[in-house]
Order: sequence, then C-alpha cells, then structure tokens
Amino acid sequence: MAILTIQILNSLLYASVLFLIAAGLSLIFGVMRIVNLAHGSLYAVGAYVTAWLIGRGIAFGVPLGWLFLLIPIGALSVALIGVVIEPLLLRPFYRRAEEYQLLVTFGLLQILEDLIRFIWGGTPLSADTMMDALPILHVGGLFYPAYNLVVIGVGLVAAVVLWAVIYHTRFGVMLRATSQDRRMASALGLNVGLVYVLAFGIGCFMAGLGGAIVVPTQAAVLGMGVDALVVAFVVVVIGGLGSLKGALIGALVVAFVRTAGIQFFPELELAVLYLIAALVLLVRPTGLFGTA
Amino acid sequence: MKADLKAPRTRSVLKLAAAAAPILLVLILVPGLVPIYQVQLLTYGLIAAIAALGFNLLLGYTGLLSFGHSAYFGLGAYAVAFVVQYLGPHSMEVYLLIGIPVVAIVSALLGYICVRHTQIFFGILTLALSQVLYSLALKFYWETGGSDGLRVPRPDLLFGLLSFSGPRGFLQFLTLYYYYVLTAFVLCVVIMWVIVHSPFGKTLQAIRDNEVRARFLGIRIRRFRWIAFLISGTFTGIAGILWVPLNGLTTPDILYWTFSGEIVFSALLGGFRNFTGPIVGGIVFTYLKTYAVATTEYWQLLLGVVLVILVLVLPTGIVGALAKLAQSLKRRPA
Amino acid sequence: MILLKTVNLRKQFGDTKACDGLDFIVHKGEFLSLVGSNGAGKTTLVNLISAHLQPDSGQILFEDRDITSATVADRIKAGIARSFQIVNLFDGLSVFDNVALSIFSREGKTVKMAALAEHDHEVRAETLEVLGEFGLSDKAEVLAGGLAQGERKLLDVAVAYALRPRLLFLDEPTSGVSTRDKAQIMDTVSSVVRGGQVTAVVIEHDMDVVFRYSDRIVMMHEGAFLADGTPDEIRANKDVASILLGAPLAS
Repeated sequence: MAILTIQILNSLLYASVLFLIAAGLSLIFGVMRIVNLAHGSLYAVGAYVTAWLIGRGIAFGVPLGWLFLLIPIGALSVALIGVVIEPLLLRPFYRRAEEYQLLVTFGLLQILEDLIRFIWGGTPLSADTMMDALPILHVGGLFYPAYNLVVIGVGLVAAVVLWAVIYHTRFGVMLRATSQDRRMASALGLNVGLVYVLAFGIGCFMAGLGGAIVVPTQAAVLGMGVDALVVAFVVVVIGGLGSLKGALIGALVVAFVRTAGIQFFPELELAVLYLIAALVLLVRPTGLFGTA
Repeated sequence: MKADLKAPRTRSVLKLAAAAAPILLVLILVPGLVPIYQVQLLTYGLIAAIAALGFNLLLGYTGLLSFGHSAYFGLGAYAVAFVVQYLGPHSMEVYLLIGIPVVAIVSALLGYICVRHTQIFFGILTLALSQVLYSLALKFYWETGGSDGLRVPRPDLLFGLLSFSGPRGFLQFLTLYYYYVLTAFVLCVVIMWVIVHSPFGKTLQAIRDNEVRARFLGIRIRRFRWIAFLISGTFTGIAGILWVPLNGLTTPDILYWTFSGEIVFSALLGGFRNFTGPIVGGIVFTYLKTYAVATTEYWQLLLGVVLVILVLVLPTGIVGALAKLAQSLKRRPA
Repeated sequence: MILLKTVNLRKQFGDTKACDGLDFIVHKGEFLSLVGSNGAGKTTLVNLISAHLQPDSGQILFEDRDITSATVADRIKAGIARSFQIVNLFDGLSVFDNVALSIFSREGKTVKMAALAEHDHEVRAETLEVLGEFGLSDKAEVLAGGLAQGERKLLDVAVAYALRPRLLFLDEPTSGVSTRDKAQIMDTVSSVVRGGQVTAVVIEHDMDVVFRYSDRIVMMHEGAFLADGTPDEIRANKDVASILLGAPLAS
C-alpha cells in the first residue's frame, strides 16, 4: 500500500514537471502557431542555471530556506532568454514557410545544448542538498522527501494561475484574441508584437520553472533537453497542442503510463510512450483537446 | 518583373550528361591526383551527398522536414554490422542485398506512422522515432555493443573478386572503395534525377505547393508522401550501408538527433530547393565538419550558429545563391 | 437531361443555415450562373457537391448515382471538378506542369517514377492543346507563381478543365480581375467549356457577366433558392430586382 502511494506520488511529481514544460509549449503554439524545438533545451537551461545558483548559494553559506528563492530566479532567467530570442530570431520568420521556423528553432536547440556543455561541462550538476531543507516524511514505513510534494504543489499552482490569467484577466483576453485571429487583433489596436513577446516569455518561464523545480530531485545532465522535448511532444500529442487542459491531462497520462512502464518494461519505457501516442494519433489526430 | 521567373527546363538528357561529364571525369581522376587521405575524405563526402540527396526528396520536393533521418542512416550501418556479427559473410554485395530491404521496410513502417501528420508533428515525430532507435541501440548492449558499438571489418568487393589483406591491403581498399562508392553515387544521382522529373516527382511537388488543390485533382496525398518517405529513407540507408565499412565501426552516435541535424544542415547549406544543392551541401559539409572538429570541441554550437545565419541570410543555400548570381550576371548588359 | 440533382441538402454553421433543404438541379450542357449576396450559401453548395464539405443531411445524385458519401477522388473520377475563388495553383511548378498534372492524374499516371514526365507524348500534346485553348501557350514555361492575376485565374480554370469533367464548378472566375480582363476571361472560359461540351456552374457577382454568358441563372438568398430561370425571366422578376438593388436590368 505504501509502495503504491509512493508510485502515485512519483507519477504526480513527473506529471507536474511535464505539465510545466508542455503547458509552455502549448501556450506558445496556441498564441503564435510556432513549435519551438529548443523548448526542451530551455528547460535544461533552467535546470542548469538553478543548480548552479544553488551551488553558489551553498558555497556562500546561505541558509537553505532562502535558496528556494533561486528557483523562480532560475525560471526568470530562461524567460529573459526567451524575451530576447523572440524578436531577434523568430519574428523574421512569421511570414515565411513553416520549414524555416522549424530550422531556426532547431539551430537554437543545437546552440543551447552545446552552450550548456561549454559553460557547465559534461558532469551532471546536482542540487540535492536543497531536499534537506525540507523534512522526510513517513509513508507507511517508507521514506519520502517532502520536497517532492512541493514540486507537485508548484505544478498545481501553476495550472491554476495560468488558467486564471488566460480566462479571467484582460491580458488573457488579449492572448486569446491574438491566438484566434492575429490580423483582427492587430486591427483592433492590440499590440500583437508585445503580446507575442510576453506569451513567448511566459512559455519559456514555464519551461525554465520545470527545470528549476526538478533539479533538486534529479541532477542536470547533458541531453536532458532533447529527452524532455521528445516526452513533452508525447504529452501534447495526447492532450492536444494549444490546450491547457490537454497539457494537464496529457501530462498525467504520460506520467502514470511511464511509472507503470518502468515497473514492467524498463527497457522499453520510451517505446511504450510512443505506442500510446501513436494510438491516440490514430484515433484522434489532433489529440484529446487539441486546436492544431 | 515577375514574368522573368522561368521554370527550369528539363534539358534533354544528352545536354545534361554533357554538363555532368567533366565533373565525373575529375571525380574519376581524383585518386591519381591527391593523397590517399583526401580520397578517403571525398569518399565520406560522396556518402554524405547520397544521404542528403535522399533526405531532400522529402524536404525540397515533398515539403516534409524530417529531423530523424539519422534513423535510416544508422539502420543501414547497424544492419551491416549485424550481418557481420551473426551471419558471417564479408561481402559488400551481401551487405547491400540484405541492408537495402531492411532499411526499406523500416522506412515504410515508420513512414506510415509519420506521414499521417502535418508539418510540425511530422518533424517532431521523426525526431522522436530516431531517439527511440537510439535508446534501443544503447540499451540492448548485448546485441548492439551499446555505446562501444560494433566493428565492421573490411569487406570484399564485387562478390569476392577483390579482397584486401595485409599491410598494403588498406591503401588498396581505400582507392578501390572510393570507386565503388563513386559508382553507387552516380547510380543514386541518376535514379533520383529520374524520380524527381517523373510524373511522380511532379505530383510530389504539387502536394508540396498546394495540398488542397492536389486533393482536388484526385491525388491521394498520404500515399504519395508515404512512398516519398520510403524512397528517402532507403537512399539515406544506402549511405549508411556504404559508410560503415569505411568507418570500420558503428556506434549509437549516428542514430542520435545531432546526426540528423547534420543531414538537415547539409541540405540547407547546399540549397534544398534544387536538385544539386544537397549533393554540394553534403560534400562541402564533410569538409567543413572535418575542419571544425579539428578546430573546436564545441562545433555543434558552431553548426547551430551557422544554421541560424544560413536560414536568415542565405535560405537558398550555396547552389541557390550561385544560381541567382548567374542570373543577375546574365541580365547585365555586355 | 438532368446531370446533377440534390435532394433536401442541408448544411448549418452554428445558427446560420447555409443550405436550407436545397433541391438543386443542373441540366446537361447548360451554362448556369449561381448568384446571390455574400453569405447566401453559394460557395457552401459548391463545397458540398465537390466534397470539400460534408452535408448535415440530404442527398447528392450525379447521373442518377448517389455520391453523397463519395470522396473527393471518387467525385473527380465520376466527372466533377472545380476551380477556386482564391486562386489555388502549384506556384512552384510551371504553367505547363500545372495543367499536365491534371492530365497525369486523370490518366492514373501520377505514380509513374521510372520515366521522365516530359517524355509522355500524349500528355504533352493534350497539355499544349489545353494551354492553347486558354491562351496560355506562350507562358508554358513560366512558374505559376509568376503570372499576372488574370492569367492565374485562367490557369486555375484550365487546371480544373484539364480533368475533362462532365460538370465543372467555377467559383468566381473573374473576381479580383480588372474589368477589361473579365470579358476576356469569360469569353475564353465560355467558349472552351461550351466547345468541350462541359456543363458549367459558375458562381459570379458581376451581373453583366452573368447576364451575358449564362443559359440559366439561379439566385440564392439566405440558404434557399429565390429565383431560377433564363436571363430574361430573371430580369422580369420583381423579387430579384429588390434583392439585387441596383443590378442592371436594362438589356
């Protein structure tokens, strides 16, 4: 029973991180009709930056509690990168063929992945001392770090905040208007350029937050960005690209399937995920809630 | 001004052969003119050209951008390695006879899954599938040698007519293998040229340009994309089959997404909107990579930066830029 | 002889009834204009018949065969083709290739990959013939993307015509074209179509064009048929005059 609870909690943790990444990807697609292939790499940057900051913090003797502030800072740093990238690298391609957008973001992926290796090298960067800031819980005779519950909590809060912003604020209305019809929104006086930059920034923040929040539980390693991109893709395939609800449900499905998969078919974990994605695509090509 | 846009005429086959002949002549004479190391490098270049040529059937002619072509290259290479490992023969012809159908079948299977989808999903799906193959190659290390990979010794050529052993065997092999690959290269170029200028090729381009209208001509979009995918994967797989005896070793690296990026880059570098672009791109890229790898450890970063610059500044690639230059020179009054 | 018949065809978008139980009949050999204000349902009707859209209910019968559930490809094989309101061409291919493609498709030759497209003499000959009829012969090697608007419209029709359909739908073949070019386009289209004995249904807004070229005019309004008759009959129809507000009634 206790093991089951832990399995469920682990799935929820994974789902939480996946949701953050996928929601960012979906938001960007929903508003701007772009799929940023470097999105996973931005998640990786979030993880590395945060782990590095935490490392410096510990070296300077900062008490663990304060180090929690570094998590949003790590996420913000990724948002900043996004805000710089969008006008420079993406805007020139909105009018051009889709291939060029994909090519540019792929180039960005290569740059970021090697930049990570350049700055932080090949050895994994961990921040697991953060976990010590919070107590270890007892789940029916087994140990479980409370930090993991924080991750789950952050995912939930993010979902609620995003939903509130998109459906209950003026900015959200602008986002939705722009995603429905860009030219119309512009004709109505909306500053589409600003909306795009902000939407992209928020999407990147989500990816960075995913990396920042997960890095205490698992060290930042090279290649985590591409792996994350690939799994996030499965999430949006299942849940539908452009849908917040889809990102949430997709993340839950993928997380639970993966946990089950690891139990029974450890070698084929990735393949099992693809099977599910392929099945969903066969039945409902736009995903469960997609707008693509 | 718009009326100046003339479609490239398919010049008569004879004229084309005449244009290609001098280039072919140079290629044939190369081993006599340059050191053996350069011959080996050019062999790799021709192999890269075949891979890019296959890739570009999908991108340039069908409008589908695949980020997972390393899968087919790697499949070709591993198929050969498995033949050596489990079946024994060391004949290049056996490698091709077994390897080509293997790659064709897997291309057909994966292609069937991928072409059901639009541009974006297609791109990431191809990437994802190649990553699955990569992780399988890594994990099943008993069969695949894991990250150490599998060795492939020098094969016999021409059904055992030519075999290479002893200290001079290696140099002999390099020269003769160059001609072997050159022959394969010429065959691949000719076949691809015919395909692209056939009714099938025109149909692919129509689908690329306007899917809706193509459908309203009664064309079955998915079927054509699937067939294009099959051919594309097979060509790139052939490149992989040709590559591994030269490299002597196959590792999961050639299944990894970064290698797919190299193929994409080659096509873009040469120009994906014309036939010769990927060929030029593949060869030039091979030289560029050799230089870059020798210069810096972070050449992936360099590649990414150049890719972005290329897309921003020179989207038609080398051949495209040269073509534009030639056109503007022609228009200038004498 | 009735070529096409729809039975109680319905299509609704939200609250809007684009096609409200339409019984549409097209006779073999006629040149029919489908008119009406924007949003009347004309393009929806054509979309339903060409399989671009699926009806909510109702039947479509072509030469007495029920094609309601037939795919686009099947309907083309049966003999229905269409052009598009917003020009829909293969911009990266030459004018010649655009038309040749229709013929390759019609002949089932599109999968051929072992021979050069140029070397198919039959297709080549027919393509040149069609280009000649449409006055596009001297533009054969130009990329479709590089044509002037009027020529693009003609090519759009030519591509549909090259499928040698028995029933051809033309969606606003003269829209966006200068007045001078309109007449030229309609002259060409009308003579080619009649000469080829193709039945044509043309969606058109320009009433001069409509009255000059049509055998029969069908007027739609809010998803239903308002009037149906020869140009003279329509001219005399009081309802039509009031809807059309300012349409030239003088012959």
